[in-house]
Amino acid sequence: MSFEKHLMICGATGCISSGSNKVQQALVEELEKHGLKGKYRLVMGGCPGLCEEGPIIVIYPDEVFYCRLKPEDMTEMVEKHLIGGEVVERLLYNGPDVDSPVRFYDSIPFYAKQKFNVLRNGGIIDPESIDEYIMRGGYRAFSRALEMDPETIYGEVKQSGLRGRGGAGFPTGMKWQFAAQSKGSKKYVVCNADEGDPGAFMDRSILEGDPHAILEGMLICGLAIGADEGYIYCRAEYPLAIKRLKIAIDQAENYGLLGKNILGYGKNFKIKIKEGAGAFVCGEETALLASIEGRRGVPRHRPPFPAVEGLWGKPTCINNVETFANIPLILKKGGVADFASVGTEGSKGTKVFALAGKIRNTGLCEVPMGITIREIIFDVGGGIKDGRKFKAVQAGGPSGGCIPEEYLDLPIDYDSLTSAGAIMGSGGLVVMDEGTCMVDLARYFLSFTQKESCGQCIPCRLGTTQMFNILNDITEGRGKPEDIKLLEELAWAIKKGSMCGLGQTAPNPVLTTLRYFRDEYEAHVYEKRCPALVCKALLRYCIDPEKCIGCRRCTKECPVDAISGEKKEPHVIDQELCIKCGACFDVCPKKVQAVEVLSEGLPEPKVNETCEEGCKCQS
Amino acid sequence: MSELITLTVDGVEIKAEPGTSILRAALANGIYIPHLCDHPDLTSVGICRVCLVEIEGRRPTVSCMTPVEEGMVVTTASEELDQTRKVNLELLVINHDYNCQSCSKNSKCNLQELTRYIGLDEERIKAMRKPMLDSPIDDSNPYYIRNMDKCVLCGICVRTCDEIQGDGCIDFAYRGIKTKIAVLGDKPIIDSTCVTCGECVSRCPVGALVPRNAVEPTYEVETICPFCGCGCGMVVGARGNKIVSSRAVPDSPANNGSLCVKGRFGLSFVNHPNRLTKPLIRKDGELVESSWEEAISLIAQKLGQYKGDQFATIASAKCTVEDNYVMQKFTRAVMETNNIDHCARL
Amino acid sequence: MAGLAIALGSGAMTNTIAEIGDSACILASGTSTTEAHPIIGYQVKKAVRKGAKLIVANPQEVPLTQFADLHLPLKPGTDVALLMGMAKVIIDEGLHDQKYIEERCENFDKFKESLEVYTPEFVSDVTGLPWEDVVKAARMYAENGPASILYCMGITQHSHGTDNVLAVSNLALITGNLGRISGGVNPLRGQNNVQGACDMGSLPNVFTGYQKVDNDEARQKFEKAWGVSLSGKPGLTHTEIFDAAYTGEIKALYLIGENPVLTEANAAHSIEAMDKLEFFVVQDIFLNETAEKADVVLPAVSFAEKNGTFVNTERRVQRVRRVIDPVGEAKPDWWIVSAIANEMGHEGFAYNSAEEIFNEMASLTPSYAGINYERLDQGSIQWPCPSVDHPGTPILHTEKFATASGKAKLLPLEYRPSEDCCDFDFPLILTTERSLYQFHSTMTRYSDGLDGLSGGEQILINPADAEKLGIEDGDQVEVKSRRGKLKVKATITRRSQPGVASLSFHFAECPTNLLTSNALDPVAKTPETKVCAIRIDKVEQ
Repeated sequence: MSFEKHLMICGATGCISSGSNKVQQALVEELEKHGLKGKYRLVMGGCPGLCEEGPIIVIYPDEVFYCRLKPEDMTEMVEKHLIGGEVVERLLYNGPDVDSPVRFYDSIPFYAKQKFNVLRNGGIIDPESIDEYIMRGGYRAFSRALEMDPETIYGEVKQSGLRGRGGAGFPTGMKWQFAAQSKGSKKYVVCNADEGDPGAFMDRSILEGDPHAILEGMLICGLAIGADEGYIYCRAEYPLAIKRLKIAIDQAENYGLLGKNILGYGKNFKIKIKEGAGAFVCGEETALLASIEGRRGVPRHRPPFPAVEGLWGKPTCINNVETFANIPLILKKGGVADFASVGTEGSKGTKVFALAGKIRNTGLCEVPMGITIREIIFDVGGGIKDGRKFKAVQAGGPSGGCIPEEYLDLPIDYDSLTSAGAIMGSGGLVVMDEGTCMVDLARYFLSFTQKESCGQCIPCRLGTTQMFNILNDITEGRGKPEDIKLLEELAWAIKKGSMCGLGQTAPNPVLTTLRYFRDEYEAHVYEKRCPALVCKALLRYCIDPEKCIGCRRCTKECPVDAISGEKKEPHVIDQELCIKCGACFDVCPKKVQAVEVLSEGLPEPKVNETCEEGCKCQS
Repeated sequence: MSELITLTVDGVEIKAEPGTSILRAALANGIYIPHLCDHPDLTSVGICRVCLVEIEGRRPTVSCMTPVEEGMVVTTASEELDQTRKVNLELLVINHDYNCQSCSKNSKCNLQELTRYIGLDEERIKAMRKPMLDSPIDDSNPYYIRNMDKCVLCGICVRTCDEIQGDGCIDFAYRGIKTKIAVLGDKPIIDSTCVTCGECVSRCPVGALVPRNAVEPTYEVETICPFCGCGCGMVVGARGNKIVSSRAVPDSPANNGSLCVKGRFGLSFVNHPNRLTKPLIRKDGELVESSWEEAISLIAQKLGQYKGDQFATIASAKCTVEDNYVMQKFTRAVMETNNIDHCARL
Repeated sequence: MAGLAIALGSGAMTNTIAEIGDSACILASGTSTTEAHPIIGYQVKKAVRKGAKLIVANPQEVPLTQFADLHLPLKPGTDVALLMGMAKVIIDEGLHDQKYIEERCENFDKFKESLEVYTPEFVSDVTGLPWEDVVKAARMYAENGPASILYCMGITQHSHGTDNVLAVSNLALITGNLGRISGGVNPLRGQNNVQGACDMGSLPNVFTGYQKVDNDEARQKFEKAWGVSLSGKPGLTHTEIFDAAYTGEIKALYLIGENPVLTEANAAHSIEAMDKLEFFVVQDIFLNETAEKADVVLPAVSFAEKNGTFVNTERRVQRVRRVIDPVGEAKPDWWIVSAIANEMGHEGFAYNSAEEIFNEMASLTPSYAGINYERLDQGSIQWPCPSVDHPGTPILHTEKFATASGKAKLLPLEYRPSEDCCDFDFPLILTTERSLYQFHSTMTRYSDGLDGLSGGEQILINPADAEKLGIEDGDQVEVKSRRGKLKVKATITRRSQPGVASLSFHFAECPTNLLTSNALDPVAKTPETKVCAIRIDKVEQ
C-alpha cells in the first residue's frame, strides 16, 4: 500500500504532555470526516526534539513542520493543506529567531547546527514497526557484524573513537575488548537505561523513538564479546519506552533476529527488560547490576570491573542507551570513517543534549562534538528566555558543574568540560539567567545527591549531607565565616574518598560555583545578602509609598495578612509577619510596580541579654 | 602454596600470598593502616574509605580492596591521604553518640583507635553541623542492645549475619543520611529471624551492638562449651567467682571463632542461686543438708550391700572424660557389674 | 551408634566439622542442624553459599529447609524406605562408584538384590513422597561429590534406628563417599561429651576405646591394671536399667547428671521404676525433678569449675579448664566417685588430679595412647592417636575400614514400620524436636533470657489437622498417647506436615516424654521417641 503523505505526530513524552494525543485524535476524526482514512499514513513517532514548540506534526514529503498545535487546528490543516495543498502559515514555526514563518524542517534555526546520528529515526519512522527500521537501513550493521570476528568488531568500535555516552566517557571499544578477552563461557550485555539526572531525557527519547537501534547495538556487542544474553535496565518511570522496547523485542524475535540460531549463523541472543525502581544510584553500573540480580541496588568497589566480574559474577559489558544507538552507525559499511569525521580529536561523533532551564528552545538536540556552548545555547537553543541575561549553564546534571559566561566559547567535548570543572555526564544542560542564585543552585543539587546517596561509604553519606546542611544554613542567613573553607575541604575529601561516581562528582556543583561565583557565597555569608534575590530568608519585600496606588490587591492576596493600608492610601508590609511568598509582588499591577524585593543584608543577630553568662549565644 | 608476592609498603619490603589485600598483607607484617569496615573473618567491601593508600602509578584507592601485586610500591601516609581520612573521620565522629565514658566499648572501640591514630581537627569539627542523635535504642533482645546512634555503618554485622551465621536477618535500609542497619520491615530485632548467635555483637567495632549488662572480666580462661556436641572452644571470663563473659577462641578448630546463643549467652546457670552446694540426705522423707563425710559414708555403706547386677550406674555425657572413666571403673571394679550406660541414645 | 560399628567398624563422625563447608552436596537427615548444632549449621550454610546442594530429609519443615535445594518431608519412621529407594535409583542409573565398591566393600550383589522391593510405588506409598523427588535426591547426592551425610536423633531414635543408620552408610559406600575429604557419614552427637562418655566405656558392653567386656584379652588387661576380677557379661542399657528397676532386678542406682523424669521415653514408667528403687543416689548441679526422688543428692561442680577433657562429635579431644572456684561445697564428679570407692576400701582410686586419671586411661586405651595433657595444651587431637608422635585422625576410613576384613559391608535392609502405629483412637504421629535456645532439660532453664527467646513449649500442628480438630492458633490442647497425656499450647503451622505434630522436650511444665514410646531398637537399644501415636483434643476453657 502506498500513501500519499506521511503525517508524523510526535508521540514522545514531552509532546504527549502538551497534548499530542488529543491532536492525533482530532486529526483522525477529521480525516474520517473527509473519508481520507487510508490515504495518509499517520504515525505517533519519536521526538523531533523541539519540545518547547510541541505538539508537533511533520508532513512528508512536503517537509512542512507544524507546531504548537491544538486539536481545533486539525480542521484547517486537513482542509487547507491535505485537501487544498496549501501550507497553513499560521501553524508554522515562527520563533523570534526567524523573520517570518518557516515551513521547512531544516530552515528552523534550532535544527540548523544539529547533526542527527542517534536521533536519525526519531520522528521519521514508526517506532513500533521493525519494517520501517529495517527500511531505514536497520539491522544491516548487525548482519555485517555476523560475518565478522569479534576482534574486528570491537576493533572498528575502537577505531571510531566512540566514548561512553553515559557520562564518564570511557572508550567503548576498549571496554568491549576487555569483556571479550575476559574468560568465561557465560557473558552478559547490559544496557543502562536508568536515566536519572533531573531534566535529562535523551535516553528516553531514543528508547521511545528508535528502540530497535538499541537492540541492534546490543546484538552487535553480544557478537563482539561472546555474550548470549542481554538486559535492558530501564526505569519504571518510562512506561512508554518499556512498552516500545517490549514490542521491538517481540518483533525482533519473530524476525529471527533474537533467540536461538540467529539468521542461521548459530549465534544465540535474548534480551530481557528489568524495570528499575527509581533509585538514582542504580544508574551507577555496579549498583545497576546488583539491582538486576535482585539485591539492594548499591555500588561496590571497582575493580574488578564488570567487564571482568559483572552480572552474577560473569563478564559483562554495560553501556548506556546513546552509546548502543551509535553502534549500528559505526558498524555499517564505511561507518567508522563517517563517525570519526565528526567531532574533535578526543571526542568523536555527536552528542545529544537536553536543553532545560531558562533557555528558549527547551528540548533535545544532537550536535557534533566540539561545538561551542555558545552555539548550543544561542543558535540551537534560541538564547535566553524573556530576553534576560545569560549567567551560567550546569552541564552534566547534579554531578556536573556550572560553567560561567567566560567559558561560552569552550568547545564541548569530554576533556574540555572536565577541565572547566564540569562533566559531559549524560548530556543535561540547565541554563541559568541572572535571576538564579548560584548558592541556591548548589544547595538544590546537593539536596538531590545527598538524598540519593546509597548510604554505604562515609564521605558520600555524611559528607554530602554536611555540605547540604551548610548550604542550607548559608541560604537561610546562618552562614558562618568558616563555612566557605569548610565546604571546600569537605568537597575535596568527598571527591577523593568516595567509592563510586555519585560521591566522587557530587561536590562538583559546589566546587564550580565556588570557583566562578565566589562573590555570591561571600555576599550570603558575610553580608547575609542574596544578590540574585532568590534566597527568601535574605529578602525583604517593601512597598514604595510613592508608587503605591492603594488598590488593595496585595492586601487581599497576602496569605498572612501582613499588608495594611486604607484604600487609595499607600500600603505597608509588616516585616515581622511577612513570609516572603512574593504574592504581593506578583499581583502588583505591571504599570504600578510598587512592590520591591530587596536584599540588603540582615541585621546583626541579637545578643540574648537575659543570658547571665554573657556568652553571646543566639538563643 | 603458590609463590609469595613481594611489595613495598612505606619503604618496607613485605611478602604476601597472591590474592591478599594490601591492607591484610600490611597488617600481617606489622604495618598499621587505619581501617574500619574490614574484618579478617569476612569478605572486604571497601565502604568505609578509611584505609586509603597511594600506589605508585595509580590514583589513591582503598587498600582493603586492592590485591597485592609484584613490585607494588604503596604509601600509607601522605598529606593528601591524611587530610581525606581526617575529614572522613570527623564526619563520622560528629554523627556518633560520643558518650564514651558510659559506653561498654570504651577503650576497646575501633573509632577511638582511629581518632587516636588519625587525629581530629577541632576547629573543623566545631564548624560542622551536628545532627540530632535520637534514634531509639533497640533493647528488645534479652542479650544484646542495638544503639544506632553509635553505629558507623561499617556493615560488619550485615556481612557476619550473611557469611558466618547464614541467616541474613539484617541489611542496610533506606538511603542517604537515613541509611541504617535494620531487619525486614525495620522492626525491633526480636521480631526478626535473628537467632541471637551474637556473632555480630562480638564483631561490632563500636558500641552499636553490645551485650546487655556487659561486665569486664577480671581474668579469662580458655575452655570448651558445655552444651551440644560441637565442642566449641571458648574463652570464659570471670569476676568475683562469677562467670561474666564468654567469647569464641578465634582459631578454634571446631567452631572457627564462632559461638551460638547458648555458648555465648547461656552460661549464667553456673552461678544460679539454685545450684546444689551441699550434699542432701533424705531423712524422714525430706532431703536435708549434710556434710560430705556423712553422705560418702552413707553411700559407701549402702552400696556395699548392692554389689553385682542389682546395681547400675547412669553416667553422664555432660561430665568429663576423666569423670566417666572413674565412673565406669567404679561400676566395674568396685560394684562388680557392667550395668553402666548414659544418655548417648537420647 | 551401633549401626555404623556393624558396617564400618567404628561408630563416630567420619569427618570433621570444618570439612562440611567444602562439601558439594549435603544430605541432612533427621537433623535440625541449625537448631541443635548451630555451629555445624554455619558450615552447612557456608557450603550452600559456595554452591553445594542441600537435601533435607525431615518430616518437619525445620529451619534448615529454607536453605535446601530439596526438602523431603517423609512420613516419620520411613527413612529406610527413602534411603534404600535412593540407593536403588543410584544403582539403576549407574551413578554408583563401581571401582570403590569393588575395592573397599563387601556384599554388593546381595545388597543390590535386596533393593528390588523398593519400587517407586512401594517407596512412594511408605514415605508419602513423590517418586520424582526420591529420584531427584538420589541424583543430587550421587552426582555432586564429595557428599556428606549428616544425621542425628531423627535417624536413631526409632525402633529400627540401627537399620536407618545402616541405610545411611550404604548410601555413602555405594557412592564412594567414605574416607573422602568433605564426604563421610556424620552422626551429630547431641551433648558436649557424649562421644567421650562412649569412648570411656560408660556403656554396658565395652571398656574404654570400645574394647569389649566379653573379649577375654581386653578384660584381662583391665583386670591386671585395676587389680580386680571383672564380669564378662555385658550389662543393661539405659532403658533396660529402668525396666529392671521397675521389675525389681535393679535395687540401687547411681545416676549422674541426667534428668530422666523429663528426658526418658515413656517417662511415667521410668518414674515408677525410680520410685521402686531401694537406694537411689543422684549427683547433679541442680536439684532437678529426678534428684527430688533420690535418697542422697550429691552436689557436683559444673564444667566451669573443673579440669578435664571433653570429646566433641568429631572425635576431637579438648581440654576443659577450671574458670572459677567450686560453688559452695560442690566437688568434681571424679572426686566424689573416688571418695566413695576409697570409703568402700578399694585401691586404685587415690587420684589427685584429672590429669592422673587421663594418663591411666590413655595407658589402657590404644586409640588414646598418644594423647596427654601436654599435647592437648598445644591444641586438640582427634582420635585414633596411637602414639605420641601421631598427629591424630581427622578422617576415618581413608585406607581401610575398622572391620575384620578391612572392607565395609553393604547390608540388605528390610523396611519395618514403627512400633507405635496410628489407629482410630490415636490418629496423629508425634515427633520430637529441639529448640535452639534450650538444651535438654536443665542447664538452659537456669540461664536468664533463653526461655524468653524460645517462647516456651508448643505443639506444632498442620492447619488441615487443626481445622479437622477445631483447634485454633494459641488454643490449649490435651495431647494423649497410649502412655500418658499432657496439656500444651497449640501453634498452627505448615512446618508440620498433615498427620504429624511435634513437641520439644525441654520443659518440666510440659513433660513430653510422658507420651513417647520406649519401644527399643533391637541392636542399639535406643527408644523410639521420634514416632508416637497421639490424639489431640481442644481443652474447653
